[in-house]
Amino acid sequence: MPQVSLTVNGKQHTVEVEGRTLLVELLREKLRLTGTHVGCDTSQCGACVVHVDGESVKSCTTLAVMCDGASVTTIEGLAKPDGTLHPMQEAFREYHALQCGFCTPGMVMSAVDLVAKNPQGLSEKEIREGLEGNLCRCTGYHNIVKAIAAAQDVMHGKRETVAAAAE
Amino acid sequence: MNVVTPFEGIGASVKRKEDLRFLSGRGQYTDDINRPGQAHAYILRSPHAHARIKGVDTAAAAAMPGVAAIYTSADLAAIGGIPCGWQIHNKDGTPMAEPKHPVLAEGKVRHVGDPVAVVVAETRQQARDAAEHIHVDYEVLPASVTMAQAQAPGAPAVHDDNPSNLCYDWHIGDKAATDAAFAAAAHTVVFETTNNRLVPNAMEPRAAIGDYDTTTGEHTLYTTSQNPHVIRLLMGAFVLQIPESKLRVVAPDVGGGFGSKIYHYAEEAIVTWAAAKLGRPVKWTADRSESFMSDAHGRDHISRAELALDAEGKFLGLRVHTQANMGAYLSTFAPCVPTYLYATLLAGVYSTPAIYAEVKAVFTNTVPVDAYRGAGRPEATYLLERLVDVAAKQTGFDKVELRRRNFIPTDAFPYQTPVALQYDSGDYFSTLEQALETAGWATFEQRRAEAKARGRLRGIGISTYLEACGIAPSAVVGSLGARAGLYEVGTIRVHPTGSVTVLTGTHSHGQGHETTFAQLIADKLGVSIANVDIVHGDTAKIPFGMGTYGSRSLAVGGSAMDKAMDKIIAKGKRIAAHLMEASVEDVEFERGTFRVAGTDKTKSLTDISLAAYVPHNYPIDEIEPGLEETAFYDPKNFTYPGGCHIAEVEIEIETGEVRMVNFTAVDDVGRVINPMIVEGQVQGGVAQGIGQALLEGCVYDSHGQLISASMMDYTMPRADDLAPVSVATHTTLCTHNPLGVKGCGEVGAIGSPPAVINAVVDALRDYDISHVEMPATQEKIWSIIHGKR
Repeated sequence: MPQVSLTVNGKQHTVEVEGRTLLVELLREKLRLTGTHVGCDTSQCGACVVHVDGESVKSCTTLAVMCDGASVTTIEGLAKPDGTLHPMQEAFREYHALQCGFCTPGMVMSAVDLVAKNPQGLSEKEIREGLEGNLCRCTGYHNIVKAIAAAQDVMHGKRETVAAAAE
Repeated sequence: MNVVTPFEGIGASVKRKEDLRFLSGRGQYTDDINRPGQAHAYILRSPHAHARIKGVDTAAAAAMPGVAAIYTSADLAAIGGIPCGWQIHNKDGTPMAEPKHPVLAEGKVRHVGDPVAVVVAETRQQARDAAEHIHVDYEVLPASVTMAQAQAPGAPAVHDDNPSNLCYDWHIGDKAATDAAFAAAAHTVVFETTNNRLVPNAMEPRAAIGDYDTTTGEHTLYTTSQNPHVIRLLMGAFVLQIPESKLRVVAPDVGGGFGSKIYHYAEEAIVTWAAAKLGRPVKWTADRSESFMSDAHGRDHISRAELALDAEGKFLGLRVHTQANMGAYLSTFAPCVPTYLYATLLAGVYSTPAIYAEVKAVFTNTVPVDAYRGAGRPEATYLLERLVDVAAKQTGFDKVELRRRNFIPTDAFPYQTPVALQYDSGDYFSTLEQALETAGWATFEQRRAEAKARGRLRGIGISTYLEACGIAPSAVVGSLGARAGLYEVGTIRVHPTGSVTVLTGTHSHGQGHETTFAQLIADKLGVSIANVDIVHGDTAKIPFGMGTYGSRSLAVGGSAMDKAMDKIIAKGKRIAAHLMEASVEDVEFERGTFRVAGTDKTKSLTDISLAAYVPHNYPIDEIEPGLEETAFYDPKNFTYPGGCHIAEVEIEIETGEVRMVNFTAVDDVGRVINPMIVEGQVQGGVAQGIGQALLEGCVYDSHGQLISASMMDYTMPRADDLAPVSVATHTTLCTHNPLGVKGCGEVGAIGSPPAVINAVVDALRDYDISHVEMPATQEKIWSIIHGKR
């Protein structure tokens, strides 16, 4: 079986996988990082989004062998090592942007990448369009959009905290 | 330290306690659980809607790598079928048809997705690979796909011994009085519609793990369930014959339910049975395409409604005939959805004096249909609120005035409807006026004119709705055919140093119970929510419970906690009286403090709990040590949330695309515990309602093949399909539960679809149409606008 060496959340791993093993299977089943979820089988829902070398990807449609040498960040690696939440995580809590929590890891990882790629700032409409690849069945998205709008101000250094951005 | 700030109690928008684990990837959903030595199950499902199974050859598959076992129905001969939890009786008093629902198909498959065989292997991939080598010899049969086909003479029988395909023919109300109302009417209005079949699509696919302890004979099932005790009861008693004491059901974090995770499913029995058979844990997790063809679907009614009005627009009578699709088998609560959760709601918010409804439930070669968010009440509300709009158009009455004229007066509660329910409280005038104001109803025509200048057709639609939650009391639902009680159980465990653990038989799968319920405790016992833990979802920890559905958790489960807290306080007062050398009657309690009335002598709840567990100075002759109380709460009635939803849409003339531009919800959900969570529940419900109205529809082809079987083919609402939803509440208290709460989980999905379709029809007012069926897709609208209907 092929071997894959990759860094996940700053930690080096070398694992044997089948050629057909998906990145999400490697994460969930080999590394027991179960924060990344699988919500569909057609690359539609985005529950499986992680960052590979800084890009958000759907780990359900990425072969593990494609990630040899890559650096992967999952939801478990988003907060600082001391436990301080990423502003996007903070904002999701502040704005009640999650209910059952199942889409949340993928939603947060997508949102972090969306905001990072758009330093000019995103309008509400642009945020909604930017969430095209992520499904949520619980929230109706409105609070997710508000959370991302608040988090982007913090991520771009315009505000100190997501709560302040709420005002 | 343990004293609560007022900001944590009832009415505070406390941030959710559960969020941290979900946001950091530390939730524990069923598929996140792995048991030592577990094997993996893959379920081979029917690709046909209807076929006879002439043979199943598993030899080649059994020889595949990693295969531990392959099972077909022959292996399960000793176990029972999947039970139905509600029995409806026909008009003539005979019971409904209740065909066997085998765990694995026996002799015939009856819908695409019907499970035929199970492969258990070392890995999921091996199980799936092996399943491809199972040869099933099918004799494909003609299928009854639609209800019309199923009821045609000589239709293919879904169940061979029931050639009519009829499950039941039921009715409610006074036919003679209703006929008389129509005979005396100045206007009669007819409306016919199909309530589109939906696929619930909770984001977490279903999963189940069976585990068996060979030394104790104890079975454990981890499952994606909204009601683990109900699963234990149904599966243990009816399918596998395992006593409750030997069967533990755990529903850990569950990623959304919306009804689809209420029911007892075949896979739960399969993994539980196989784990014992093999002596090792067996895990199964659905692919999304399996979810589409095995999770119970929702809605799917065809209805004809007639309304009789007098010359002043007062509703005199309502006559409804509905056909409800049951699918191929009866899912757990399917029979009650188009009857006691639907036809009983047909009075809505109106004082219509005579109502008669007939419901025929029909078997078809499709996935079983059961409760989906709102369950029956969205179908009733949609029918009624479209009918009222059609009536307004036909008779010339203003659609708001017509509603107002027929509202149940605010001073008429308790109000007995002609279809069994007695509403305890409501104020439909206030929710209406507040919604009209917020939505800018009066100034709509300006916005329509402005939109027209941009090449868009703008429409506004209203729905004034009512629903029934917290279905109860047990004695009544039992007389109506429920094979279960509908009470709830709460245990309050005050620990020695004053922190509190609450055990509840309800289950949270997105509703935020860990926060809302903690606020109840904070408010009444004065314990900070940081020191209150809510435990749910494990039959080994929680005495009993009926789970979460029908917006019952707070109204029924919260009330049980309140009753248990009353017992804690009563016992605490006796301990406090002893410690403070006062008489029990003189001890008062408020938010964590016991006080001798009129004095400054006080004891904290922590003083009392410590004394209860360290009973050195204690009234031991009168009461037992410890401070833990359980209450079973059986409500006296349903609760009746209601309100007004107003939708505003714009249609692009060129493309027929409908865009939501505004949505206003003013709901009466009774007392609000956490406004932030209520707002979130309403927004989510409205999104699902908009999905039903504009986007979602489950489609079968003429052979019964499920066409919309993936998220590429079934249109789930995405962020850019929706607009912000303005949510407000106007409270009248429930009069019969101790919290005054009504429930908020379903109002969004119930009130919104007719508001949206009324808005779409209004936008198209210059075209010669009276109705647009759901989902009002771009293609349908374009065809109307461009005359290609």
